[in-house]
Amino acid sequence: MNYAFDFGWLFDYWPVLVKGILITVELTLVGGILGVSLGIACAWARALGPRWLGAIVATYVELIRNTPFLIQLFFIFFGLPALGVRMGELEAANLAMVINLGAYGCEIIRAGIQATPRGQFEAGASLGMSRIQTFWYVVLVPALQRIWPALSSQIVIVMLGSAAVSQIAAEDLTFAANFIQSRSFRAFESYFVATLIYLALAIGLRQLLRGLGWTIFPRRAAR
Amino acid sequence: MSLIEITEVKKRFGDNEVLKGINIDVAPGEVIAIIGKSGSGKSTLLRCINGLETIDEGSISVAGAQLLPDELHLKALRLKVGMIFQGFNLFPHLTAGRNVMLSQMVVKKTPKAEAEGMAKKMLERVGLAHKFDAYPDQLSGGQQQRVAIARALAMQPIALLCDEITSALDPELVNEVLSVVKELASEGMTLLMVTHEMRFARDVCSRVVFMHQGRVHEIGPPEKVFANPATPELKQFLGVIH
Repeated sequence: MNYAFDFGWLFDYWPVLVKGILITVELTLVGGILGVSLGIACAWARALGPRWLGAIVATYVELIRNTPFLIQLFFIFFGLPALGVRMGELEAANLAMVINLGAYGCEIIRAGIQATPRGQFEAGASLGMSRIQTFWYVVLVPALQRIWPALSSQIVIVMLGSAAVSQIAAEDLTFAANFIQSRSFRAFESYFVATLIYLALAIGLRQLLRGLGWTIFPRRAAR
Repeated sequence: MSLIEITEVKKRFGDNEVLKGINIDVAPGEVIAIIGKSGSGKSTLLRCINGLETIDEGSISVAGAQLLPDELHLKALRLKVGMIFQGFNLFPHLTAGRNVMLSQMVVKKTPKAEAEGMAKKMLERVGLAHKFDAYPDQLSGGQQQRVAIARALAMQPIALLCDEITSALDPELVNEVLSVVKELASEGMTLLMVTHEMRFARDVCSRVVFMHQGRVHEIGPPEKVFANPATPELKQFLGVIH
């Protein structure tokens, strides 16, 4: 092996890297927050909502869960303009991630809702709360608590999956690594650094989600 | 005038007719114990009264208002009739105080400070003022059930339905709950309770309803029902219990 490792030149490219990291973080934040919100709404529709709405949501969920993320992204960015819906690469990337996490999140959160003891719904009803109020104030938080580890993992998966957005020229961390590699011809170093940064971001995100869990769910999960 | 009128109520689960024409009138301030074997329909009857089950025939009215199965009527009814469950059903993610405050704020739109005051008052009434900030999993079963009672009382109902509220409790915790109920009874609260506590039924209740196979088999004041059961079924039931 006579490849001479050299990381020194990386410093010339730090603005590209920083920009890439920021965009990956932005995609993850927006995708995570809006995606989980969409997932909650869809989970409500499937578990407790009117049947016609549940059927529509089921179609959406199966469509997303059974097609590649990259194709979803391409469809939004390259396909939709044919219908007159045009957006920039960042908007398309954000939208694709929200739609993707919304579908996976829906199924995870639905499991949490369906594990709710019937007595919780009855207690809410007997106190005069409407079905929506009971869902929002009584059912939702314990349901999220039950599936928080699974949902956290899914959010991390979506964050790592965001690497695909470099394919529509959204300038995320993977885009930055590709760019640096193509300029410097230092493939090993470029992707090695990108790997380390993704690793750090993923571990950081997991810790953040764990801490968030402790704050939102102060008590251990009910049996 | 009766506070709760139950007239010819029938309820079926598929082919299984659980209530076969129930008639009971409850006067304000009455304390009624509903006893009977499991499967006799006593819990179902109670659940019908606040609309957790829909009835197939007959009518139920509370304070003159007919029970209708749409959300608006149900809400109006449930503001008048509170319910306490065998399994407590406290909200696990909220403190005792928050459990009592939630429905006041969400349903009655009571301002937070006022709801908090009411919660403190109600928790004090059940002897748990000091547990305002405790979560349900930090409370014993008896304490949880008393919080559930406070939660129902905070909505200021005119009647309370108690569905086997001591059946899930360890024996030593039964009395703390029953004494709260006893106090409510002495303050004039109208109570309908499905119970297996025969001694409590005898001491506190104004009337006892014995249900058998979906019908009111015997009804009367406790001294009559317990001392002189008229039917072999009640005799057998009381014999089994004692």
